[in-house]
Amino acid sequence: MDDLAPRPHQSRTPNRLPRPEEELERLKEVWRMPRGIALLTEFNNNLIGPLFVGTALLFLMLAGVLALIMRAQLALPGLTLVDAATYNQLFTMHGTVMMFLFAVPAVEAVAITLLPAMLGTRELPFPRLGAYAFLIYAIGGLCFFASLFFGAAPDGGWFMYPPLTSKENSPGINTDMYLLGIGFIEISAIAGAIELIVGILRCRAPGMTLGRMPVFAWGMLVFAGMVVFAFPAVIVASTLLELERAFGWPFFLPEQGGDPLLWQHLFWFFGHPEVYVIFLPAAAMVSMIVPAMAGARLLAHSLVVLALVGTGFISFGLWVHHMYATGIPALSLAFFAAAGFAVSIPSGVQVFAWIGTFASGRVKWEVPTLYVLGFLFIFVLGGLTGVMVSVTPFDWQAHDTYFIVAHLHYVLIGGMVFPLLAALYYWAPSVGTPLSDRLGRWGFWLLFGGVNLTFFPMHISGLMGMPRRIYTYPSGLGLEIWNMLSTVGAAVTALGFLVVLVDVARNFRPGGHQADRWKAGTLEWIDNDNHGPRSIPRVRDRYPLWSEPELRREVEAGGHYLPMTATGHREALVTSPAEAIPQYVAVLPFPGWGHVVAALGTCAFFFCLTVPLLVEAAVAFLLALGGMLWWLWHGSDPVPSQPGSIDIGDAIRLPTHATGPITTSWWAMVTLMLVQGTAFACLLGSWMYLWLVNGDAMWPPPGQGLPKPWPGLFALTLYGGGALAILVAARLLGRASLVWVCAMLVLGMAMFSAGAAADGWSLWAGGIRPTDHAYGAASFTMFAWQGTHVAIALLMAAYTLARALAGKLDGRRRLTMDNTMLFWLYTAGQGAAGLALLHGFHRVLA
Amino acid sequence: MTVLRLLPLLALGACTGVQTPLNPHGDAAERIAHLSWLLFGGGAAIFVLVMALLAWALLAPATLRGAMRSRSFVLAGGVAFPVITLAALLVHSLGVSRALVLPREERPLRIEVIARQYWWEVRYPDAGADAVTANEIRLPVGREVELLLSSADVIHSLWIPNLHGKMDMIPGRVNRQRFTAQRTGVLRGQCTEFCGLQHGLMAFWAVVEEPAAFEAWLARQQAPVPEPTDPRLVQGKRIFGEAGCGACHAVRGTAWQGRLGPDLSRVGSRLSLAAGVLENHRGTLAGWIAGAQDIKPGNAMPAYGRALDGDDLLALAAWLEALR
Repeated sequence: MDDLAPRPHQSRTPNRLPRPEEELERLKEVWRMPRGIALLTEFNNNLIGPLFVGTALLFLMLAGVLALIMRAQLALPGLTLVDAATYNQLFTMHGTVMMFLFAVPAVEAVAITLLPAMLGTRELPFPRLGAYAFLIYAIGGLCFFASLFFGAAPDGGWFMYPPLTSKENSPGINTDMYLLGIGFIEISAIAGAIELIVGILRCRAPGMTLGRMPVFAWGMLVFAGMVVFAFPAVIVASTLLELERAFGWPFFLPEQGGDPLLWQHLFWFFGHPEVYVIFLPAAAMVSMIVPAMAGARLLAHSLVVLALVGTGFISFGLWVHHMYATGIPALSLAFFAAAGFAVSIPSGVQVFAWIGTFASGRVKWEVPTLYVLGFLFIFVLGGLTGVMVSVTPFDWQAHDTYFIVAHLHYVLIGGMVFPLLAALYYWAPSVGTPLSDRLGRWGFWLLFGGVNLTFFPMHISGLMGMPRRIYTYPSGLGLEIWNMLSTVGAAVTALGFLVVLVDVARNFRPGGHQADRWKAGTLEWIDNDNHGPRSIPRVRDRYPLWSEPELRREVEAGGHYLPMTATGHREALVTSPAEAIPQYVAVLPFPGWGHVVAALGTCAFFFCLTVPLLVEAAVAFLLALGGMLWWLWHGSDPVPSQPGSIDIGDAIRLPTHATGPITTSWWAMVTLMLVQGTAFACLLGSWMYLWLVNGDAMWPPPGQGLPKPWPGLFALTLYGGGALAILVAARLLGRASLVWVCAMLVLGMAMFSAGAAADGWSLWAGGIRPTDHAYGAASFTMFAWQGTHVAIALLMAAYTLARALAGKLDGRRRLTMDNTMLFWLYTAGQGAAGLALLHGFHRVLA
Repeated sequence: MTVLRLLPLLALGACTGVQTPLNPHGDAAERIAHLSWLLFGGGAAIFVLVMALLAWALLAPATLRGAMRSRSFVLAGGVAFPVITLAALLVHSLGVSRALVLPREERPLRIEVIARQYWWEVRYPDAGADAVTANEIRLPVGREVELLLSSADVIHSLWIPNLHGKMDMIPGRVNRQRFTAQRTGVLRGQCTEFCGLQHGLMAFWAVVEEPAAFEAWLARQQAPVPEPTDPRLVQGKRIFGEAGCGACHAVRGTAWQGRLGPDLSRVGSRLSLAAGVLENHRGTLAGWIAGAQDIKPGNAMPAYGRALDGDDLLALAAWLEALR
């Protein structure tokens, strides 16, 4: 980072001090939050972040109450506090809410709250997307939870195995509530992940190279990457099951060529990484807290980062751990057992790095330290039982018993909830006012004792033969005492959470500052406001506040980069992904209603679809679409600002407008394409898996054939032509008259539409029908997926046309065109891949 | 502290032990139990070690923690140690896995178990089509058995922990599991894959007997069902027909050949009713027929408490009890 080193002829800080007085006033003015009802339109991370964390904690409490009811029911054998139907809803909702509405959103919420300050940016790149993700999660989650009060809550377990969840065995809307309700809340997780990936890679303070990036940012980067590759699998699985339930397209029914195990593969391909999705950010929080509490740099920083990344990769090879008892040959299971062992190594690296860091400094015995130590105790124990259940023969006994319930709560409470509570006590003074030390200690000891008392006996009740998900158990098997202990422990745990809650309610107020509470070394301890830091710090070390004691004062006085609003808008500094070299100043939108309307419409759409109220759903769909268009129309792809370039400090002159691959919008589009591609790969994999299960003789089954080649080839040509048309249109923009650009867009639209029609016709003409057999269902699902993409591509092209006609598209103002082009190229490529599989697979093999 | 916590585990043997992997009655469960104790012991030792290191890092005088401040400490504890122990564990556990799936006898005793919401149909195909029972698996000691596991509706999982681990029962597939029982006993098994409303009440008994007793039992299962002579039993049999029980239940040698519910040809000889929920005698039989939906709501058996009066119920129960 030589170019960022102070130059002799300049002042020591990047910008000369003192700063003009009106500078801060103007900065505050553009970042001021709207008042009253208009506060709903705000999306600043300082507002959304704490709300997001609060909502996640609310779901923790709600799901915890469900657990208490279950523990009461199991306190003694044969109790009838709740009936079987209610109990099944309780445990399904407990798992579902904890996993989907608490754990994943909670870490995303902490990231949205802390990352901007930690990275030294004013805002993440897509704040409205972040706010939209929060709103659909909060509204959708609460509606989903409310289904419990109408007896309409899902009751098939959070894993929803068909055929128990097929239409025949679960005719009620309970299952649809899960498939649609949770399915769309996953959209929120993915939207958040895109925001985080681009934010972490492109919005770091100048000089914060990847090597100097805080471990929490690494954890969130791996988290977001895993969300991108894991969550599409569960969305695809939910979609397939819903197609089967609603339209009779068989995927999981063996009598029609389906296979129940397809669901398990898809679900656990998501479900196992999910565990690490939750754990890695929490471990990364610990890697931030331990150095601060020990007053020493993290030992073996690069090994810890490597461990995070490595865990991310290995975790995708573990999904069969949940399927040891499905009859998969024992020797194939050996591969997964080995992967299970391998994943414990990076965890070991982190544990020893934390121990070594403690040994390097002088530990402060504060509440966050207690929670970190509690985490280590519980998590190490849970990790060891994790190795046990990776051992195939042991798992055949332990699987689906209370031993697993004990194990998973040890790793999830130990590995995620305790770090989260450590984070709450540690970062509260950075986000607002500090929490009470006395209540903190009470809460910790109640929780530590309660959690161990609840879950340790479950190892034993599991080994004494108690299966999971049973609403009662008989006396005489020796289970009584262990269950009673667990129930008492649950009550103690509840008391502990209550103490934490009281502490937060009494003592936490956002916006206060006690900046050097722990004398930590990272940027989030610099004074922050709605506009983020007063100026964007120049970073030269992994712990900048430790190595440059003057840095805090300089930054807070405005001596570092971009201490002003250059264009009169909200701005963020965009830097290069690896070296964090400043590239341009991104102009951010002002608050608006678009994303709020879109979020309301999205929630209404999915819940109307569940009930089902189809007309209302259509109205809600239009509302959501309208909201999104409104949101995009105002503030995205803005007019190039004046001045066209500014000096951010250190004589670095940056443009205030950018186009092409350097922009954050381009990066977000590419990330979205990875999500789409993963989902498509899951569909492709499902098709191939069903072929393997059915064998050549039944694939295609008698009565159905291969898709007709000529319409297929025609479709391929048209997809290619459409892609070419958009490439030409993008090339012409700014070089030729807009008329030609529009003409090429219209031509492309015509070719894509005709291509999709030919694509579908080739299947129909080949005698393929979606409802008879899994072959038709899988083939038509690929087509439906492609058709949806074509429809979105057409919508995007129409939007681009509208922008052109409104005079909002030209050679410099072209983000809309570039994004449309990227999506079109992806759609064409995906169409070609689908055609190649459906048409070419048999013909090539035959 | 950890040692104290493990004490209860050691006391496990003192409990009833009819449904636990740690009281093995067969070769497979025995191998897994050995492996389990190895895992518990090793896990406890590693846990204590890591906690001791943590305590040392926090509490020892600074001069005595030097070795922990290096990268090599992290590499030794976090990489070298787990790689060595886990590699050893992997080799050992693969050996156990292999031993568990290797067949021992060329022609094991085959037993078909078909799971239904929420009960078990059990067939002995080697003995003929008539050898069928429900919610009870009888097997001889000392002979290898092969369970052929399938499901007629949703996914279930069969678990007799004293004999072997779990094996799922998946529609459209037949899964197999082999083991040899080595000690006689009455063991409990249970469904371990969530299968719907009454998953919690889907158990059964596995009875390991001496070969002679088993053969006698198997022969009796196939013997013709005697015609009742006692007027009370005659009345009971008549009620069975009039109430329509035969639409779902089969009784060998009669016109009643329903397959939706358990075969009742020898129902009186079974250890339990309603898949391990009730004791089996005249009183519980009558109670089950009258109130099946109160005892196990949502199961496929309708309640006959309104359709039959007390006298008819008791006569029917008496006849069923006599089917031994």
